[in-house]
Amino acid sequence: MSDAAAGATALSDQAQKVLELQSRIRSMQATKLDTRALPTHPAIARLLPGGGLQEGSVYSVVGSATLLMALLAGPSAAGSWCAVVGVPEFGIEAAARFGIDLERLVLVPHPGDQWLGVTSAVADVMSVVVARPPKRASDGAVARLAARLRQRGSTLIVLGAWPQSEAIITLSHSDWSGIGDGHGYLEARQATVTVTTATGGRPRSARLWLPDNEQQFREVVPMRGMTAIHKATG
Amino acid sequence: MTALTRTMVLWSPDWPVTAAVQEHDLAPDAAIALIDRGLVFACSPAARRDGVSRGIRVREAQARCGGLIVLPHRADVDNRVFEPVIAEVERMMPGVQLLRPGCLAIRVRGPARYYGGEKPAALALIGVLDDLGITGARVGIADGPFAAEQAARSTAAPSTAARSTAARSTAAPSKAVSIVAEGASAEFLAPLPLGIFEEPALAVLLQRLGIRTLGAFAALDATDVRDRFGESGVRTHTLARGLDARLVSPRVPPRQLERSVAFEPALDRIDQVTFGVLAVASEFIAALIAANLVCTGIRVDIESDSGEVSGRSWLHPRSFTASEVVDRVRWQLQGGAAETGLSSGVTRVVITPEAVDSVGNHEHGLWGTAPDERIHHGLSRVQGMLGHDAVVTAVIGGGRTLADRATFVAWGDRPPAPATRPWPGQLPQPAPATVFATGHPVHVFSADGRGVSVDERGMLSAAPTEFSAEGAAGTSGMRRVTAWAGPWTVDERWWDAKTRRRVSRFQVVDDSGSAWLLVCTGGSGTGGAGTAYWVAEARYD
Repeated sequence: MSDAAAGATALSDQAQKVLELQSRIRSMQATKLDTRALPTHPAIARLLPGGGLQEGSVYSVVGSATLLMALLAGPSAAGSWCAVVGVPEFGIEAAARFGIDLERLVLVPHPGDQWLGVTSAVADVMSVVVARPPKRASDGAVARLAARLRQRGSTLIVLGAWPQSEAIITLSHSDWSGIGDGHGYLEARQATVTVTTATGGRPRSARLWLPDNEQQFREVVPMRGMTAIHKATG
Repeated sequence: MTALTRTMVLWSPDWPVTAAVQEHDLAPDAAIALIDRGLVFACSPAARRDGVSRGIRVREAQARCGGLIVLPHRADVDNRVFEPVIAEVERMMPGVQLLRPGCLAIRVRGPARYYGGEKPAALALIGVLDDLGITGARVGIADGPFAAEQAARSTAAPSTAARSTAARSTAAPSKAVSIVAEGASAEFLAPLPLGIFEEPALAVLLQRLGIRTLGAFAALDATDVRDRFGESGVRTHTLARGLDARLVSPRVPPRQLERSVAFEPALDRIDQVTFGVLAVASEFIAALIAANLVCTGIRVDIESDSGEVSGRSWLHPRSFTASEVVDRVRWQLQGGAAETGLSSGVTRVVITPEAVDSVGNHEHGLWGTAPDERIHHGLSRVQGMLGHDAVVTAVIGGGRTLADRATFVAWGDRPPAPATRPWPGQLPQPAPATVFATGHPVHVFSADGRGVSVDERGMLSAAPTEFSAEGAAGTSGMRRVTAWAGPWTVDERWWDAKTRRRVSRFQVVDDSGSAWLLVCTGGSGTGGAGTAYWVAEARYD
């Protein structure tokens, strides 16, 4: 009985080892030969694989339009054109405040059934394309779009899940400040941004101001001085 | 000094009135006044007989003349109605310069030689206008356009009776011609008052100096005039001396660039119409290119069997090609049955250039084309797939609500000027990143389980503790309120019963960390709880 138990643990150890090695191989292999990074906001670039949004890659953003705007702000400020396909509720005013140049932003709010065709047509000419698939795309269509993106060097940011995304960027643990129980107003928000890479590395996360009370994105710097004062007084 | 050009000026008195009569199909002998900025700009002879004159207030004019027809003055109508007149005169005598609507200048030499003298030429010119049904035209001939115009104005106004169609003898028009002999212009101008220069400041000043006529002004030394009145004074002085050296610079007749295609029998399918337009569109673009022009704006007018006309202008950020013109026609036919859709077959399509530019300004670069053009091509393809309004750019406009502030402009159309002035009453920053196109209805409850409402004085019935956000982005169930703020009342257009809007806005943070912009409408009528209607307008996520 003890032998059987030992065998089982050895097997699971082995399987663990294989998985671990596979994941190491995957993380060391680049998915592309020569990729260039788009200028990305430094607070988020640090978390992304390759240190920024890569040209020709696909990223998934889950559940936060502010996070999406934080990703777009860097390339847009650097002069890239951005397109938003199939997101009629994209907040224009917030986008402008967060540093996206509206003159280089194009919206296709209702692509309907042709969203895949529209996305690839727009990806031909725009540096960054945001899309929200209304339904699951077929594997063939996904592969064709990925090839097109690689060829054109455009970046696709998908709102929701996508089979071949380079990284999944999620937002959690939002804390709003400035608002109380019937008084104040929303001023700033701290949230945890987590980046999970497709290659299976450890998810990286950071606490960010999204946005701070000057409409900027930045990292939360823990205030050591403040805690020291608290300790001293308390 | 350059030689003076012997000039013939054709003047049709009260041209704005003549144009308005034609435009609105009025009786020519009616009392009409055209109004510009609250003052009478022009009036018909009938109105003038009753004491209406240029420059008086509308109310005064109406008081003086009972049956006065008051119309706004429109310069574009003046020009448009005058256009066929110019074309007709050009057919008779080439080299016409338009001084202003109702007033033309022509060099005398050619016509005088052709018609055998200055007077026959002038009479021929008046005959042209008579044939067009425009009576009362006068012609002045002198050295230079200025003196010639004054000569035309100095002709005795023919009496209305003599101007009736029966009495179109040579005697009546010959009164309408005034010829100032060569070299006698200064003499002719000398007794005229200074008011004919439309420079009131100069006229007043000269009056105070005791100079009341052009002759007296012309007698001053040119150097003294320059010292005292500057360049503009010298120009006026030269005119007063009858030394108007301006040449008659004939206009270049505009080319006929518009194209139209008629369908007989009427076509009721879009693909048939676009196929029919294809050839015309290429011809249209070819004609523009032949004229070294490119077109950046076109107007497409589509006429239907039942007499409907759908017209709309289309702009292009670069310049139109033939296939893009066809696209615009198709979009116009497809576009929204409400505004442009035609209920019967299409009988005629007219394509008119609205904005043209020299082809030199739109030439492609030597090495490939500009990146913007690549973008334009890509987006035009998407527009071809989905329609013109499917691809938009955004501009932040003025307003208090989020929907008011976001303005979407179709790709290729001219965006409105962005709002630069501050708007009091807008939401505090940061702005919500997700703005729902249509608000999601929600229910908001207080601690005792009753609905929350806002009364007429903007007071909240109870603090919100829970709300349901079903249907909003696939979430469901009750959400606990962890923090909230409000109500902020927005009371807009209260002076207009139809569009008035009074709502209260709230910011609410739920237990998952999402913040929402909730809007409460109504609930003030009966004051009872539960009558309030809550909508989630946006989400801070």
